[in-house]
Amino acid sequence: MLLSTPRSSADKTAIKVAVLLSVGSHPLTGRGRRAEQDARALEMALALPQADAQLIHAGRLNDESEPALRSYLGMGPQQMTLIQQPKQADVLPALEKHLRQLGPKLILCGSRAEAGEGSGLLPYLLAEKLGWPLISGLAAIESVDGSSATVLQALPRGQRRRLRVKLPALLTIDSAAPVARQSAFGPARRGQLAEVDAPVQMDTEQEGWEVQPARKRPKRLKIIKATSARDRFKAAAAKSEGSGGQVLKDITAAEGADAVLKLLMEEGVLRVSS
Amino acid sequence: MLNIILPVLIFAALALAVVGAVRRISLWRQGRPSPVSLLAGLAAMPRRYLVDLHHVVGRDSYISNTHVATAGGFVAAAVLAILVHGLQLESRILAWALLAATTSMFVGALFVAKRRVNPPSRLSKGPWMRLPKSLMAFSLAFFLITLPAAGILPHGFGGWVLALLLVALVVWGLGEMFFGMTWGGPMKHAFAGALHLAWHRRAERFGGGRSTGLKPLNLDDPNATLGVEKPADFTWNQLLGFDACVQCGRCEAVCPAFAAGQPLNPKKLIQDMVVGLAGGSDAHYAGSPYPGKPVGEHQGDAHSPIVAREGKALVDAETLWSCTTCRACVEECPMMIEHVDAIVDMRRFLTLERGETPNKGAEVIDNLIATDNPGGFAPTARMNWAADLNLPVLAEVKRTDVLLWLGDGAFDMRNQRTLRAFVKVLRAAGINFAVLGNEERDSGDVARRLGDEATFQSLARRNIATLAKYSFRSIVTCDPHSFHVLKNEYGELGGEYVVHHHTTFIGKLHEDKKLNLRGWKGGKVTYHDPCYLGRYNGEYEAPRAVLRALGIEVAEMERSGFRSRCCGGGGGAPITDIPGKQRIPDMRMEDIRETGAELVAVGCPQCTAMLEGVVEPRPEIRDIAELVADALIEQADAVDATAKKPQVEEALA
Ligand code: SF4
Ligand code: SF4
Repeated sequence: MLLSTPRSSADKTAIKVAVLLSVGSHPLTGRGRRAEQDARALEMALALPQADAQLIHAGRLNDESEPALRSYLGMGPQQMTLIQQPKQADVLPALEKHLRQLGPKLILCGSRAEAGEGSGLLPYLLAEKLGWPLISGLAAIESVDGSSATVLQALPRGQRRRLRVKLPALLTIDSAAPVARQSAFGPARRGQLAEVDAPVQMDTEQEGWEVQPARKRPKRLKIIKATSARDRFKAAAAKSEGSGGQVLKDITAAEGADAVLKLLMEEGVLRVSS
Repeated sequence: MLNIILPVLIFAALALAVVGAVRRISLWRQGRPSPVSLLAGLAAMPRRYLVDLHHVVGRDSYISNTHVATAGGFVAAAVLAILVHGLQLESRILAWALLAATTSMFVGALFVAKRRVNPPSRLSKGPWMRLPKSLMAFSLAFFLITLPAAGILPHGFGGWVLALLLVALVVWGLGEMFFGMTWGGPMKHAFAGALHLAWHRRAERFGGGRSTGLKPLNLDDPNATLGVEKPADFTWNQLLGFDACVQCGRCEAVCPAFAAGQPLNPKKLIQDMVVGLAGGSDAHYAGSPYPGKPVGEHQGDAHSPIVAREGKALVDAETLWSCTTCRACVEECPMMIEHVDAIVDMRRFLTLERGETPNKGAEVIDNLIATDNPGGFAPTARMNWAADLNLPVLAEVKRTDVLLWLGDGAFDMRNQRTLRAFVKVLRAAGINFAVLGNEERDSGDVARRLGDEATFQSLARRNIATLAKYSFRSIVTCDPHSFHVLKNEYGELGGEYVVHHHTTFIGKLHEDKKLNLRGWKGGKVTYHDPCYLGRYNGEYEAPRAVLRALGIEVAEMERSGFRSRCCGGGGGAPITDIPGKQRIPDMRMEDIRETGAELVAVGCPQCTAMLEGVVEPRPEIRDIAELVADALIEQADAVDATAKKPQVEEALA
């Protein structure tokens, strides 16, 4: 009895989950839309029974972005916080400030944006600034309590890894997570977009960049010598398995770092200045 | 003694009927407003009843004659009974007339009773089984008590035993016919039916007209609930319409979804709406249930959601999503009830407010929003099929005689063959035509029927704006769905066009002797009427005329013309894909096989796709455009060779 009283009251207090949402872009037409992975992140938050989902977008509100942002509201939530940021701003400081104020237990977001830089680095930089753990490629949140969460992380070829993470934490979502629910027109247009001001830090580095459409890179064809349909299917479904790898177990951090460094140099990612 | 009791009984029954009527009317008035002229409607009602309604009833001559005798007899008898027995007017002529009326009614009632011996499954049982007996009680009672007034029998004949017996019969008859009419008995259909005809939402349907386009949903008020969530969200005259249902089950008998074992029965749906408007459960329903859904588990009232978010309410969502919007039920309904309007109204709520379009629905809608076509193809690929045809594009030529509307079939390899065939025909006839090319968008048909009025209106408005940039005389399309939407549903958004289906257009070309056709050499051919060409637009003749011109004698299916059975492809049904016991196209293929045809001529990309989806061996499926293109005798040196020659060669290339 003594134990159950504080527990049940803890159950009632909803767990604050911040969901970072961006304006997506349709791959064929470039039209604004809810970003596929961000929408899945919101779906995951909405599907969590005890979650109090806080929708956050850092950017501008205009005729192009509004329908896209509203389509997140079409999934059911009544409000979205809009941290006002101009076009070339680095949204990281503004997000950090807002999130520190908000104090969520979890931050969910897609693993990379569909428009703009789309480097996929934002979650990592944010986690670093906040000093929180980050888990990528989330497939499911199995349970959350006051201090930790049990989640499933997606690995290649349908494998899943169960992880337990201390809260607060940042979780990123890619296409392994469940598909987002349909966005409905009525709630989308009734939802509130609450604009808040935030400090602006321009991304000066970007000004010097030259942006051009990506070219399709040539892909090496896999030559498959298969005699039966089964072999062909296996070959088509197989992910190329790394060969010549090395599993390092029970080693010190320094040994591990050495091994990584060596590999990076072998692969030509890092160049040794002789 | 009788002359004291009778007036009391008659006026008591009338008074109760009036109270019931007021109560019933207040139930209808729970609905949303709807602009109809009350007086003009009442004035038009007798004609609508005698002509339009009997036109539909007359398809079943047995019940039509029965109804004339019974209903005619009853109306006359009721009026005369009030005069003779209620007001005690002493007139032999009136009394004799009353005898005649009750006789007619009694004879009619006998035929009603005969139909009720082993009634077909489409008819509801329950109180409806009682009705012929009540009709007989009423007519017999008033016949017998009128005999003295007519001077055939002396007053007071038979003593008080007979008098008591007669009073009992009169009470039964009056109870069913006067009281029951407004308090929810089977006779309610007469009261609600008459007013429904008077205040029908689609007055254009009467007098031989046609009104099949869906009504636009007003999207201006962001706070209004979109679509129908609760029975009270229907307009009041829709509620009135539901109340007019006679449970004849003609709709049930023709519904392809019901026949396929999907959980839909249009009659039950209308009865559920009646349950909804009055409040209660469906336990008293005495007809065929929705396949696979037992009766008695659903309930609701006018102000509760029709479809529950979880669990059960009045109707399950899958019932609404089973409909192919084929309009067979509406065509067949003697009470002119609009099932499709009601179903789409409820779908609108599910899609626009709840975001619960089942299966591929959400994906298709997202595609339409992002790419303007349901398949999610790049809009720039719309013309890929015609890369070698050198079609004139309106963006370049600006004006043309005929705008060829491609439809989303332009992305479908099967339909591309039809389009190419039709282009060949147009060129052979020397028609000056052009296409919108990549500027064309989906017409909005499927979005609208999935309940997404917002996407429909967005597509329609943009299409209308595009069309406004160019000058053309008419639009021709090979797709009956685009045809219907452009012709009947763009008008209310400001787009008025002359639109033809390609079969109509080819028929005209043939009449004008612009086509030189070889005779048909193949086997037996039947023709499948697309719902959106036939029932929606009344075009049954042109496709058949074209087939005749080819020398084909159509071996008609039993269900053809206005009774054609849907292929299963309309209304987004293949997208929402509600499971049943069998597939609708398989049933239609069975109809086709019964004619012994080797080939079925079609005029719709959707029908083509659905029927070709039936496993082989099965009759071949060809679009009429393909049949005509194959039969063309190319004459380079025909009438106006100069204009035609290069084009013909192009088409051949
Ligand atoms: S429109 Fe067709 S499928 Fe829909 S209820 Fe009516 S008959 Fe059935
Ligand atoms: S809806 Fe029309 S066709 Fe169907 S049962 Fe009622 S009256 Fe008959």
